[in-house]
Amino acid sequence: MKHSISKWVLPAYSALALLILMIPIGYTFVYSFNDSLKSNITWRGFTFDKWLNVCNVQNGAVCEAFGNSIFIGVVATVLATTLGTMIAIAMVRYRFKFRSQLSLFLFLPMATPEVVLGAGLAAQFLSIGVPKDMLTIILAHTMFCISFVVVAVKARVASLDPALEEAGRDLYGSALQVFLRITFPLLLPGILAAALLSFALSFDDFIITNFNSGAVSTFPKYIWVSAARGIPAEANVLASAVFIFALIIVVTVQVSGAARAKRLEKLHQAGVN
Amino acid sequence: MAFAAFSTTAAPTSSDSVKKKSPVALLLLLPGILYLVLFFLAPLVSLLLTSFKVPAEFGDIGEFSYAFRWENYTDVITAYWPHILRSFGYAITATFFALIISYPLAYFIGVKARRWPLLQSLALVMVVAPFFISFLLRTLAWKQIFADESFLVTSLKAVSLLAPDAHVTGTAFSVIFGLTYNFIPFMTLPLYTTLERLDVRYLEAGSDLYASPFHVFRKVTIPLSMPGIVAGTLLTFIPAAGDYINASREFLGGTGTQMMGNVIEANFLVLQNFPAGAALSIILMSAILVMVSIYVKKSGTEDLL
Repeated sequence: MKHSISKWVLPAYSALALLILMIPIGYTFVYSFNDSLKSNITWRGFTFDKWLNVCNVQNGAVCEAFGNSIFIGVVATVLATTLGTMIAIAMVRYRFKFRSQLSLFLFLPMATPEVVLGAGLAAQFLSIGVPKDMLTIILAHTMFCISFVVVAVKARVASLDPALEEAGRDLYGSALQVFLRITFPLLLPGILAAALLSFALSFDDFIITNFNSGAVSTFPKYIWVSAARGIPAEANVLASAVFIFALIIVVTVQVSGAARAKRLEKLHQAGVN
Repeated sequence: MAFAAFSTTAAPTSSDSVKKKSPVALLLLLPGILYLVLFFLAPLVSLLLTSFKVPAEFGDIGEFSYAFRWENYTDVITAYWPHILRSFGYAITATFFALIISYPLAYFIGVKARRWPLLQSLALVMVVAPFFISFLLRTLAWKQIFADESFLVTSLKAVSLLAPDAHVTGTAFSVIFGLTYNFIPFMTLPLYTTLERLDVRYLEAGSDLYASPFHVFRKVTIPLSMPGIVAGTLLTFIPAAGDYINASREFLGGTGTQMMGNVIEANFLVLQNFPAGAALSIILMSAILVMVSIYVKKSGTEDLL
């Protein structure tokens, strides 16, 4: 009897812990349907209104901030993914001096508290007289995304068989051809994963953005500023939409990854037989 | 790297013998490194220089000139020592709770759920799900759940589990709760990646040798999952110590719960006392670097970095 109870303790605990993790997500989602007035604190009844007229509140301030966040996220992701992927390829494929020092240097931005990164950039922009605007936010986001891209892409480069590229060269492919037709397509899943991570980091960043944004609003900054006077339900709508979108991407990646693993296994078995 | 614990797939096939020396390496490295020198390293130097600045003569508020005033540091320590202690106190407490809460969860997902891959993926998606919704909104959701007039608080007061005049938001409890909640995924993921690779035959060997389950856990499971524990605690502790969202008055904090991040933010963005904010940032960063290197040394996982 005692044994059968103890068998259920861990699963029950895990289910409870996961459930508690979901509470704020559920709360945000449910309150996106609240027929609220200015602030979205007390439940006033169900409505689809906020979902249908997201941009109508405060002359579209929420949507403007949301648009800025997407623009900043895309530009910073393209920059960080390009620079980070180049570093990752160099670190796995080439020998050079000071590589352990370089590893440590790339690790440091991830180990530095965001408030220090933000304050540092603010101090720098201040001392060289750069006004804070969209550009300074993009520069800041690119900086903290690079290291994460390096870590994510490095794993992919390391698992890539160099023999494939050698085969390409043996068949008289030029360096550029080998890269474009062999290396890049094989690295693409890793690069895409790194880009998604980078976009997610940029999109949700508040701490660093707050120090370097001046008058420019981003989605997290909009929430921070409105927190004092009440956040409109439209913010919940946008956050919930992003959540659903991200969930679809993750599930698709998981399912296609599982399907790919199955396919490879089949191929492998066919090869063995 | 401690963060490499995140990647499960790294199966290095290209050994050092394949690596070649080439000027291409420099070409690949240079742009990214230059970028980080300009926008990571140079700002840290700016921060250090700013931290010694003095108010400009006949200058406006927010105008400072270069100097070497050590007293900026003693000034901020005298003025803000409670915030400094609070930051590390809260961060250590939140890291401790996150570890206690995450370990059984990660053990379940990584070891017990191995037989059910679908359950495993579902649980993992649930662990990272909070990342997909705005950090600020999920923190505010807790604020509303813990508000004085909320269902939870009024019920607790009705059954006398909470004093009638007690508040939940604005207390150390709610700030630590928020920090713990927000960083649990950072703790669970690296724990999961090491536990997932744990060979259960070691545990069986332990019990075959008549060790109690507790003994097996302490002598086998914990040491084998040490890389995950170290990575998880660092990924939780570092951002928690510098956080200023949870402790903010508009979120889960109150006047008595302000942390270093709040003071740095206020000095930079409200008071325009840049040297004070810079000095506090340097103190925060150095303290974290010292604590992290001692911790990594003590736990014997230097090779992870």
